[in-house]
Amino acid sequence: MTELAIVGAAETRRIGIVDDMSELELISEAARDALADAGLTLADVDGLATSYERPNLVANYLGLKPSWLDGTDIGGCSTMVHLRHAAAAIAAGQCKTVLIAHGESGRSGIGREAVDMQFTDLHRQFELPYGTVGPTTALTLPLTRYMAQYGMKAETLAMVPVVQREWAAKTPRAMLRDPITVDDVLASKMIAWPVHLFECCVVTDGGGALVVTAAERAADLSETPVWLWGSGEAYGEALISQMPDMAFADVFAQSGAMAFKEAGVGPDDIDHLMLYDAFAHIPIFALEALGFAKRGEGGDLIASRATAPGGRLPVNTTGGGLSYTHTGRYGMYAVQESVRQLRGTAAAQCDNIDVSLAHGLGGMFAAAGTSILSKHRKR
Amino acid sequence: MSTNATRPVPRPTPETAHYWKGIAERKILLQHCTPCDKTCFPPRSFCPHCGSDAVEVVEASGKATLYSFVISRARVPEFERPYCVGIAELEEGPRLMTQIVDSPADPEQLLVDMALEPVFFDAADGVTLLHFRPKR
Ligand SMILES: [Zn+2]
Repeated sequence: MTELAIVGAAETRRIGIVDDMSELELISEAARDALADAGLTLADVDGLATSYERPNLVANYLGLKPSWLDGTDIGGCSTMVHLRHAAAAIAAGQCKTVLIAHGESGRSGIGREAVDMQFTDLHRQFELPYGTVGPTTALTLPLTRYMAQYGMKAETLAMVPVVQREWAAKTPRAMLRDPITVDDVLASKMIAWPVHLFECCVVTDGGGALVVTAAERAADLSETPVWLWGSGEAYGEALISQMPDMAFADVFAQSGAMAFKEAGVGPDDIDHLMLYDAFAHIPIFALEALGFAKRGEGGDLIASRATAPGGRLPVNTTGGGLSYTHTGRYGMYAVQESVRQLRGTAAAQCDNIDVSLAHGLGGMFAAAGTSILSKHRKR
Repeated sequence: MSTNATRPVPRPTPETAHYWKGIAERKILLQHCTPCDKTCFPPRSFCPHCGSDAVEVVEASGKATLYSFVISRARVPEFERPYCVGIAELEEGPRLMTQIVDSPADPEQLLVDMALEPVFFDAADGVTLLHFRPKR
């Protein structure tokens, strides 16, 4: 089913503060550069997947005449889900070459309105009147329950940005690169107790795009195709107040299990991880739900430096959303780094990366998407 | 955000009007599904657990515990900073987003799973909100 290959990949030439380009131009630059990376042109594209901006309008802006569109927009994991949907469409013969394009003027707001974080009328009726203002007061709610249940200390949580900043220091394009300590994190401004400023992602502009096609065409288009071994998607409660167990991300577990099953591998086979990190606790929830740590022990794994440079399981090797970039729907940048690590072109390149897993979060723990990628074709 | 903004208040729909009318009358009205015996929230015309439309309105006791919370520093019209955004778990099962009031917004004073009691707060425009406070 997922005999899909990524044959082109690119991020916008600049990320961070890009206040001289509109959102549509960010999408377009990434799209054109990803096609150039694959040795293709817009004329070769017959399918387009994008989120936030309507896909037919993006297609029209690019000058595409696609016969297949996917506008699935479930927030940060949309890219992982687009990969999965593109694999199905290509396998079904509905299209041959799909461009998955993302761009957000998430910081500068050029050519877009302010982000509507209200999601649904049920959120407006039953959550918003009580002082929820978006991710800082919603995505953070599970953390307090988790810390009470497992006794995780503030110092353990603070190790997440500390370790990721070490990766960012090796990554010239990262927004924040100066080393930080646990004390620095705990002394940073309190945003929503128990979460400090350095435990929140940066807010940036940027874009990224992927060109994907059927396996049998991949070798002709790329010297270093990256193969999608398996993928998953899962959907849970749309309102954070209704999340069944706040100490465990069940949508992560469902999406991850689907991807592992499809790929025919397990956590022990994964060499590199990109775990969505709008806040420092999200990678901890992901490590546990995906089977890389026991429940309540994800923070200890990170604090043990297993995921740090030189560790046995590199995680978020750009610095992640906390240090590298986070335009709003971060999943594209997670997949881009998985692709770079598998191609051997990452800024903080690790040795012996054969299989990488990129995992995304959508909404307020409302959705998840997982991509298991390899530099080898699936056996 | 304009300087004369007021705090967000709910705009009920036909399916949720009974809930908000109940809150204004100091009653927490939930929906109970007869076939599957589950209590549902937010309100709708059917049970999301089993699909039945045999849902009847029942009154909750008001007994609740603090499932989780954060102490927010965000600027929201009519909110004193910091304030506590909490999730109240009713003894009947459903959880509700709420504001924890009548207590310092201080993590030393608030504990996960502590007992809560309802506080009916009359906001602007004749809308009543359901807050909770630590049980006295
Ligand atoms: Zn039912």
